[in-house]
Amino acid sequence: MTTTHFAYNFAFLDEDTKRMLRRALLKAVAIPGYQVPFGSREMPLPYGWGTGGIQVTAALLGPDDVLKVIDQGADDTTNAVNIRRFFSRIAGVATTEHTADATLIQTRHRIPETSLREDQILVFQVPEPEPLRTLEPREAETRTLHALADYGLMHVKLYEDIAQYGHIATSYDYPVLVDGRFLTSPSPIPKFDNPKLDRSPALMLFGAGREKRLYAIPPYTQVQSLAFEDHPFEIQHWEHQCELCGSGESYLDEVVVDDRGTRMFVCSDTDFCSGRRLEAQA
Amino acid sequence: MTAALMLELRDLSKSFELHHQHGARLNVLRGLDLRLHAGECVVLSGPSGAGKSTLLRVIYANYRPSFGVVHVRHDDRWIDLAKATPHEVLDVRRRTLAYVSQFLRVIPRVPALDIVAEPLLQTGVDGPQARDRAGDLLRRLNVPERLWALPPSTFSGGEQQRVNIARGLIVRRPILLLDEPTASLDAENRDVVAQLLAEARAAGSAVLGIFHDEDMRDRVATRLFPMQALEAA
Amino acid sequence: MSALLQVRELSRHYGLRVGCEDVSFELHPGELLCIVGESGSGKSTLLNTVAAQLSPSSGSVRYRQRSGHWLELGALSEADRRRLAREEWGFVTQNPRDGLRLNVSAGANVAERLMALGMRNYSQLRHIARGWLERVEIDPSRIDDAPTSFSGGMQQRLQIARTLVTQPRLVFMDEPTAGLDVSVQARILDLLRRLVNELGLAAVMVTHDLAVARLLAARTIVMQGGRVVETGLTDQILDDPQHPYTQLLVSSVLTT
Repeated sequence: MTTTHFAYNFAFLDEDTKRMLRRALLKAVAIPGYQVPFGSREMPLPYGWGTGGIQVTAALLGPDDVLKVIDQGADDTTNAVNIRRFFSRIAGVATTEHTADATLIQTRHRIPETSLREDQILVFQVPEPEPLRTLEPREAETRTLHALADYGLMHVKLYEDIAQYGHIATSYDYPVLVDGRFLTSPSPIPKFDNPKLDRSPALMLFGAGREKRLYAIPPYTQVQSLAFEDHPFEIQHWEHQCELCGSGESYLDEVVVDDRGTRMFVCSDTDFCSGRRLEAQA
Repeated sequence: MTAALMLELRDLSKSFELHHQHGARLNVLRGLDLRLHAGECVVLSGPSGAGKSTLLRVIYANYRPSFGVVHVRHDDRWIDLAKATPHEVLDVRRRTLAYVSQFLRVIPRVPALDIVAEPLLQTGVDGPQARDRAGDLLRRLNVPERLWALPPSTFSGGEQQRVNIARGLIVRRPILLLDEPTASLDAENRDVVAQLLAEARAAGSAVLGIFHDEDMRDRVATRLFPMQALEAA
Repeated sequence: MSALLQVRELSRHYGLRVGCEDVSFELHPGELLCIVGESGSGKSTLLNTVAAQLSPSSGSVRYRQRSGHWLELGALSEADRRRLAREEWGFVTQNPRDGLRLNVSAGANVAERLMALGMRNYSQLRHIARGWLERVEIDPSRIDDAPTSFSGGMQQRLQIARTLVTQPRLVFMDEPTAGLDVSVQARILDLLRRLVNELGLAAVMVTHDLAVARLLAARTIVMQGGRVVETGLTDQILDDPQHPYTQLLVSSVLTT
């Protein structure tokens, strides 16, 4: 049983701020893929470390929630550990490393391998919410392009990739079209995870604290990754399987294990991997 | 059987007002009447300065008349080119009224063959066919094939004039205006031009031309229209 | 009514300053109209107002869409304006660097408008892009090069390809050959002449050069001090100028 700090409100944010966030989230859910501006607050974490994700989580958490936090698929990396401990102290909520046991999952740059359910919410940490930003630096212009669904520019980028590399080189933060209307950045998840966005039973929420934008993909929404007819969207494949659990279907990290450069491939999703190992032993 | 009236000028006058030459006014044509029928070849005769070239240009709407009527039979209608809109004039020039000027206006980079083929292309004939017809015409006019792919800017006066004639005649049009088309040509090529005009007339075209050479005039003219210079105002 | 564009008593002021005043003209498919004038004549203001990039102070511009419906351009929403610019119009700017994306390849520049219209087949896009590069006399093997490596004349030809690839019904051109060397200019004018004929384009072109008007335009408008001083057939205006200003312009041109 952890002690809570009575000097702070439940989950750190004051209730008015939570109300503001929830209004923005409702708007985001009502307009899938549309970036809703919000009054991003100062959080006890610098920009670029997940302040947007934390604010969304803080607005949603209730005392009965079970929170899981992952960073690049792992529960035990610095970012994940710190955020999970933060909410454990400041909200007193139960936390878990098991995807299946969580009601709310905050993630940096991965979607869990385990299929999500209708009663779960996935909160993404987003560094740059605007998929067109590298092509069009002006905010006023990108807002107009979104308003007019004028997305030719994105295809220019994909064309350039194929012309330069022979294939679409974008391997993460691969742009998607949400509900056939808004061009959206799925955050820097590997394109391997893009298919999981399509018609997921879970609610997906995206928070960008530095850029002060929220957006949402409601459950069972159509999400298509952009492509050309003759260069269709493809996910990454490995010739290896996870050396720990034998999975040939999950996203693998390549890990250097010694000074001689020996490498091994292991599941990036630590919970998924350990779950499979437990099953194998049983 | 009376041939159809194709062109009628009534009380046609043309003056030039030169605003930057102290408002000097040049009167060139006054009160001119002329009727041109299908199958005719009317030759404008008279000394230089009589306004012959000016008259052709006024008819073609290259010059704007100061007064009077330029009636052209276009598609079984009559249009007064003095009052027609630019759009209408362009349509008349495309299909009814051809004009061969005294000098070829040279367009850089365009080969002679394409210059000749262009009017035909504009009527919708496809590229290869248009260039074939252009070649036929140039061959008849004795322009050697080795020149066809070259822009005419380096051609001799006579060669340029023959390119000009070919361009003017390649599309069969009911009215032909010709300004000294044989001035730089030798006897053989003058023959060819006379032949081409005879063919045009036989096909029903009406020709109005200026020919300096008396021989040519005698050969092609069915009628003369004498003109005289006006006194300067 | 076969006109494509109807301009009626169009005026555009900048506060008290007159940009252009009381201009009227019509444009039909397949016609190229030149607007001729010296600096300060209002010709660029007129072009930009007609092209809906500036809003009129008074008067009207009506455009007949592909669907046959007339649009009042003065009352156009931003969405409609962009749609027209994407689907039915083209604009060639004086400086090609303003009309190109300099940080993407030549091929991407040409293919962009096709992709904006929904074309999604990469090979087909590339095939069309290569065809157009050839058409504007750029070596197709340079399809993947960035336009920053092109000469000024090549950049302008690339801009023309990029604009015409979607076969727009109406093209606006603002001094497309100004500032280029004479031989380069001749090449581009020749190209424009051929393309306008081949594609049956309707175009409005602004130029200060009478020879360009003579070469390309069947009809011309002469502007001075924001007003139209003479309008009509190009050859008539240049060979039999009526207005004192037109006579001055014509007589001032140097010939080689």
